[in-house]
Amino acid sequence: MGLDIRLPIGLMFVILGPMLLVTGLVQGESLSRNTGASMLVFGAFMLIMGIRGQRRGSDS
Amino acid sequence: MESLRVSLAAVDWAIVVIYFAFVIGIGFVLRKYMKSSEDFLESGRSLPSWITGLAFLSANLGALEVMGMAGNGYKYGMLTAHFYWVGAIPAMLFVAIFMMPFYYGSRARSVPEYLKLRFDEKTRGLNAISFAVLTVLMSGINMYAMALVFEVMLGWPFHVSVIASAAVVLAYTYLGGLTSSIYNEVLQFFLIVFGFAPLAIVSVHQAGGWHGIQERLADVPGMTSIWSSVGSASQNPMGIEIAGLVMGLGFVLSFGYWCTDFLVIQRALAAKDLPAAQRTPLIAAVPKMLFPFLVIVPGLAAVALGLALPEKNGAPVYDYTLPLLLKQFYPAGMLGLGLAALLASFMSGMAGNVTAFNTVWTYDIYQAYINKKASDKQLLWMGKMATFWGVLISIAAAYLVKNFDSLMDYMQLLFGFFNAPIFATFLLGMFWKRATGHGAFIGLALGIAAGVTHHILKVKGVIHYSSDMAAAFYGAIVSWSTCFLITILVSMVTAPRPEKELGGLVYSLTERPKQTVVWYMRPTTAAIVVVAVVVALNIYFF
Repeated sequence: MGLDIRLPIGLMFVILGPMLLVTGLVQGESLSRNTGASMLVFGAFMLIMGIRGQRRGSDS
Repeated sequence: MESLRVSLAAVDWAIVVIYFAFVIGIGFVLRKYMKSSEDFLESGRSLPSWITGLAFLSANLGALEVMGMAGNGYKYGMLTAHFYWVGAIPAMLFVAIFMMPFYYGSRARSVPEYLKLRFDEKTRGLNAISFAVLTVLMSGINMYAMALVFEVMLGWPFHVSVIASAAVVLAYTYLGGLTSSIYNEVLQFFLIVFGFAPLAIVSVHQAGGWHGIQERLADVPGMTSIWSSVGSASQNPMGIEIAGLVMGLGFVLSFGYWCTDFLVIQRALAAKDLPAAQRTPLIAAVPKMLFPFLVIVPGLAAVALGLALPEKNGAPVYDYTLPLLLKQFYPAGMLGLGLAALLASFMSGMAGNVTAFNTVWTYDIYQAYINKKASDKQLLWMGKMATFWGVLISIAAAYLVKNFDSLMDYMQLLFGFFNAPIFATFLLGMFWKRATGHGAFIGLALGIAAGVTHHILKVKGVIHYSSDMAAAFYGAIVSWSTCFLITILVSMVTAPRPEKELGGLVYSLTERPKQTVVWYMRPTTAAIVVVAVVVALNIYFF
């Protein structure tokens, strides 16, 4: 319905992930660092899938 | 409760604010697509199965589920996994394979409407009114539980949490209807996973891994196994035995909820076609069977680590297990993520209830009884009004529960009274063409009455059980059996509907669609794989 949900999900995780990653690096906390990195990877994946989905939608 | 108080850093606040912005933003973007009542209340029946599947699961991840199950993990250990592997997965597979073709194929817009098509108006009315009332009350319970947690953890005043959460849920459900609720449930699902998975990993690691937990809890019977202690009620902390567990939880309560509760079925009905609707519960079953590792195992790790829960009236408050773990293990930043995950679970539960309420109110009460000739414009308007009033009634319910502590238990009890017998009505309706409307209505009414009577006899001390949970399981069995038998008896002496009117509504009178996909893509194949994994999990944790 108009909006590919992978885009906002990806965008949110791409914003939150680095925030946690940087916090973890500054504080020396591996938990924040690893979680932030995982969220960043997941967010980027969702974003790429969402963009590809949108392109495919507009092509057809 | 001072022991649970945490202070948030700027990064924690930022994470919570960003989460709120995305949730409301999704509703805002979707508002322009809400042109008809079908768009607003049914998502235009257009969504792919991975979205409806995750929403099917997420709508169930309310406050009572996430916090309650972590608390049960602390109290009962791995026995709590029965609520997933026995009390959810089989029912989810059943609704996918056997019931979804009738729900979706009949084009019913709601579960009560299916009852109208299969039986009659009065059976629909009984189900619609009871569901509408109980749904907004449950939404209020979610709101109350959330406000309580944030009062204890952050010192936020009760009304601030209630009003803020209600305003956010109202904003995105009012703007974007069911689609907004479903999209947000998907986002909330991922946030819940990323918010709680590190907690599970770190708490289990601290306790020495699974073997460390087993060693630490070796003296407490039944905490780290799921079947070896249910031979007798006295051998396990839940006070249940195998017959009550399998029949009460595994059959009546579980099938009553997952196969008939419109809150979850509505997500499947929003799917784009029948195969997608069938895949919805199957997709949901995969994360559902793994959820014990996310919510129960951390609770178990907390016991193994000897973490003491806050007490109220001399008894530990098990619902605070998750907040206690968040405080114990999460540094700044992670705390914001954990709180956002908690908010996500509360809000997905609330929004799920509100969107189910507005649909049942609009189609099964307003259109059926108040304005039978309502235009689509009027239905859309009423759907939006029902969303608004549903949230307001939820707020009132939250305050009611706050002022009358025991009301929360009564509301959940009431929910059980209605959920248990309704599955008998559906089972007979879908699989026995002779079942009649009079049979269904009288069976359902007497089934509910039997559940209430059973509870009164238990409270008066006439019948005894080893635990309240055992009483709930057996109460459900009594209620279901009464509905099942009475429906059959009354149906035998009343006239059935002509067979030609029941096509697409009853199993034996419905042509099975030809399978056009390869065998490994079929719903039954996926169900067999899920069963195999669940059996393996049961064997490992036997």
